[in-house]
Amino acid sequence: MAEQNLLSILAFLPFVASLALLSLSHNAHRAAAWVSGLTLAAGVAILLGFRQTIATHGSLRGNIEWVPSLGLDITLRLDGFSWLFTLLVLCIGILVVIYARYYMEGQDRMPRFFALLLAFTGAMQGILISGNILIMVVFWELTSIISFLLIGFWHQSGAARDGARTALMITALGGLCLLVAMLIVGNIVGSYDLETVLASGDLIRQSDLYGAALTLFLLGAFTKSAQFPFHFWLPGAMAAPTPVSAYLHSATMVKAGVFLLVRFSPAFGGTEAWFYAVAGTGMITMIVGAVIALFRHDLKGLLAYSTISHLGLITALAGIGGPMAIFAAIFHICNHAIFKASLFMTAGIIDHETGTRDMRKLSGLIRVMPITSVLAITAAASMAGMPLLNGFLSKEMFFAEAVDWHNGTWLDNALPYLAVIGSTFSVAYSLRFIVTVFFGPTATDLPQTPHEPTPWMRRPVEMLVLLCVVIGILPALTLEPILNVAAQAVLGPNTPEAHIAIWHGVNAPLLLSVVAIVVGTFIFLTTARTVPNGPEGPPLFHMIRAQKIYDWLQLQISWRWPRSVFRRIGTEELQPQLRILVMASVLFATAALWRNLHFAQDLRLNTPSPAFGLMWLVGAACAIGAAWQAKYHRFAALVLLGGAGLITCLTFVWFAAPDLAVTQLLVEVVTTVLLLLGLRWLPKRREEIVEDTLRPAKIRRFRDLVIAVIGGSGIAVIAYALMTRPLVPNVGDWFLGNAYYEGGGTNVVNVILVDFRAFDTFGEIGVLAIVGLTVYGLLRRFRPSAESVEQPEQQKITTQEHLTDYLYVPSVIMLWMFPLLIMVSAYFFFRGHDLPGGGFAAGVTMAIAFLLQYLATNVRWVEARITVLPIRWMGFGLLMAAGTGIGAWIFGYPFLTAYAQYVNLPVIGQVPAATAMLFDVGVFALVMGATVLMLIAIAHQSLRASRLREQDEEDRAAKAKKAALAEEGAKAGMKETA
Amino acid sequence: MEIILSAAIGILATSGIWLLLRPRSFQVIIGLCLLSYAVNLFIFSMGRLAPGRPPIMPKGGFVDPSNYADPLPQALVLTAIVISFATTALFLVVLIASRGMTGTDHVDGKERSQ
Repeated sequence: MAEQNLLSILAFLPFVASLALLSLSHNAHRAAAWVSGLTLAAGVAILLGFRQTIATHGSLRGNIEWVPSLGLDITLRLDGFSWLFTLLVLCIGILVVIYARYYMEGQDRMPRFFALLLAFTGAMQGILISGNILIMVVFWELTSIISFLLIGFWHQSGAARDGARTALMITALGGLCLLVAMLIVGNIVGSYDLETVLASGDLIRQSDLYGAALTLFLLGAFTKSAQFPFHFWLPGAMAAPTPVSAYLHSATMVKAGVFLLVRFSPAFGGTEAWFYAVAGTGMITMIVGAVIALFRHDLKGLLAYSTISHLGLITALAGIGGPMAIFAAIFHICNHAIFKASLFMTAGIIDHETGTRDMRKLSGLIRVMPITSVLAITAAASMAGMPLLNGFLSKEMFFAEAVDWHNGTWLDNALPYLAVIGSTFSVAYSLRFIVTVFFGPTATDLPQTPHEPTPWMRRPVEMLVLLCVVIGILPALTLEPILNVAAQAVLGPNTPEAHIAIWHGVNAPLLLSVVAIVVGTFIFLTTARTVPNGPEGPPLFHMIRAQKIYDWLQLQISWRWPRSVFRRIGTEELQPQLRILVMASVLFATAALWRNLHFAQDLRLNTPSPAFGLMWLVGAACAIGAAWQAKYHRFAALVLLGGAGLITCLTFVWFAAPDLAVTQLLVEVVTTVLLLLGLRWLPKRREEIVEDTLRPAKIRRFRDLVIAVIGGSGIAVIAYALMTRPLVPNVGDWFLGNAYYEGGGTNVVNVILVDFRAFDTFGEIGVLAIVGLTVYGLLRRFRPSAESVEQPEQQKITTQEHLTDYLYVPSVIMLWMFPLLIMVSAYFFFRGHDLPGGGFAAGVTMAIAFLLQYLATNVRWVEARITVLPIRWMGFGLLMAAGTGIGAWIFGYPFLTAYAQYVNLPVIGQVPAATAMLFDVGVFALVMGATVLMLIAIAHQSLRASRLREQDEEDRAAKAKKAALAEEGAKAGMKETA
Repeated sequence: MEIILSAAIGILATSGIWLLLRPRSFQVIIGLCLLSYAVNLFIFSMGRLAPGRPPIMPKGGFVDPSNYADPLPQALVLTAIVISFATTALFLVVLIASRGMTGTDHVDGKERSQ
């Protein structure tokens, strides 16, 4: 149990620390570095503690149930392989933190930088130790997203933004492929558990979907590990701060892809398709990367392509498969991480101290930066695969694997040759790096005078180079046992143990190494003069740039094609869109109901009442009138709309829906006021718009009328058919039967709202709150149109005296209504559970109470006397509703379980006291807050307009004054001259 | 009764749809209000039409559900009324803002070009 908890801590600590870092002040870079370093060190300590368990038991599991019904658990799993890899990630992480602490000295936003770095570590570690393949994909995508933020950390630079975007696009697309692959695999195996999946290799390989799953899986792994032809995002990502490059491109991010290949080789590997696809791609990438690296002038560019090349090597090993190849792959993962991290850091130091990374300018640094130079040369020699360094050992093993017979296919036969070509260029570009940068005449035209960096900036490099040498000389004592445990974790406990030796005698791999070194040196010597003056790429091939092809594709797919499609089938105009929408719904409804809409044999009818008919005669007249008048007589249309609303309200009364009637009536009031407030901002329209009388406009109106009549009569027919059908028992009956016993209220509608379906109501008040805030937010930015700012004509023709007495009696009455309305609101609220009323009605009533005050006087008068804080009311309402829901948890019930009881209050008598009542308080507060917020926000526009007007007048007065003064001055001047 | 109510729903919907397809934003807003009346009545009428028998129960005792109006559509419509108010408000604000920014009350932000 303790180990499980420690495993969870290991997994989540970086994220927690990352959040904590974000709360630091923006210049606390020392504190941020310490927190990051210590967090990673804690992770290392936990890992070291696990070592014995891993060695004896093989693996360690922790399980947190998440969505058991989907087979989705947060399972953590640590075995020898992931242990080694996690250790590598965390250790290099610590070194990168130390390096960044000095490299980024004086930079802004350092806590943010370290927070991202930690979150990235957490995500990377998550890929390594997740025991569920879906969770693994989640972490996988998380690394893509955080690497986007890290690469684009200096977002002021266009290169950084482009590089970050390309990296995100490529790796996230790969991540999507991977997700689908994992879903397929989960489907084949019947489980998403990593262990089960890895153990079901035969099942996966024999499945019909193997080809699809493999392709998608490889797309995921290849994009992440920058394999050809997806390699181009990696050089673009070099725009990142150097510590990020050193981390992402040595131990993490790009290694995630090869991790996946190695990890899943038991599940997917062993087939011819795997061999061709993985080993083939790996070999191509290795050669392409190495060749291009030789031609790059930028230090980091050279290292980037070298990384691509080495990733190709590891991929090829994973493709070859077998115990020795997997062992070599893991070994090279470690070695490459170590020497490449140190090389990136050195490149950063050189950049930091000289101000440039251009190899055409750099020269003779060994004289001014001797220690750094020696370190860099050692690391580069390891990269080239020179003896007595760690790079040599894994490269020898790679050669051995290449020479070995595997399956006799042409690719297998070609492997040794391809391997030699790749390493030859590897030697050549390493030599170019060493010779041009550190030897030759001391450079004179550098932007800064170079000198050794702060010792602490060099410490991480020293550590790493020391490791290169120690592993290179004493492999059996250092890495060998751990590597064997890791290889056994991948391939099973019966895997034979491998031994790393420095000297195997004169054999094929050694001869290949000698050939590579000799030919590589020769290539360097012959190209040393031409390369610096040439373009950044191999002859001829530099014309074809993957990045350019990608840019072109991206432009086409995300810009040109959508726009041309849109031009053909889309429109930005609302009218055609709405027309299509209406016609489509009519069509779909017709298609669905064609031959299916039957009228009942025995129509269920209520006897028609003439009064009801008359009522709707008025209602219909109002509706048609509103439609008729809405263009030129907005006010009339508004009044008619209100009429239709009132008739709707009476219909609710008629058919025994008192709650609806109350709510409809109240909402009708606020809607009308709202629209009235809006009318002020619309353009005046007195004259007929000329165009309206033209023939096309008439045709349009007629066409729309036809559509409307078809739609309306369709709805009427459906309504009639449904209303007259025989009754079927439905859930409403259950509500009726149980409202009192289960919900403790007799008004079933209210009980449904606040108890049975309270969660729906919770959602709905949430929507209301969002709309309220949106209205408020939109209006804060709103500027009234210039012609509406002027005082309305009605106000102009009246004098100030008239205005003070305007509607004097009604306004006094409205003022006096305030307490009364509060009482009505309270009345609605308290009776709600048993009789018509409830939180919605009470909330709107209360809003009307406030509204009347605004109507009776004016904004300034009201706000000088009452403090209305609608947003707080809304917040309170939401908290209250959520709090009531959460309260049920305390008693062990699901969210929003209500408890009901009647309480005897003195004087008042029996009062229903359900917890649902508290929920209703929340509904009340929110409805009131949101309604008041919207209305006040619109009402305040008038205030803003009048303020604008006042400002205008002041400006004009000031201008006039200035002009007058100037004129006077001129006159005086004239007088003087006269 | 049913025929009157369904005719009423039809007329409200027709007026609403017609207004929805008009070019001026105020017309559209009125249309949406009318359409929401129609839809609310439509959903409401899906329950039993039970004049004079509101879903308000006596305290305790056995109840026969068929003696009462169906409470479920009522509960649905009640929240719909409030939400449709909210959307009307939102649309009104968009209308005002668009009018302020484009200088016209045409739904496309520009007058129909001839």
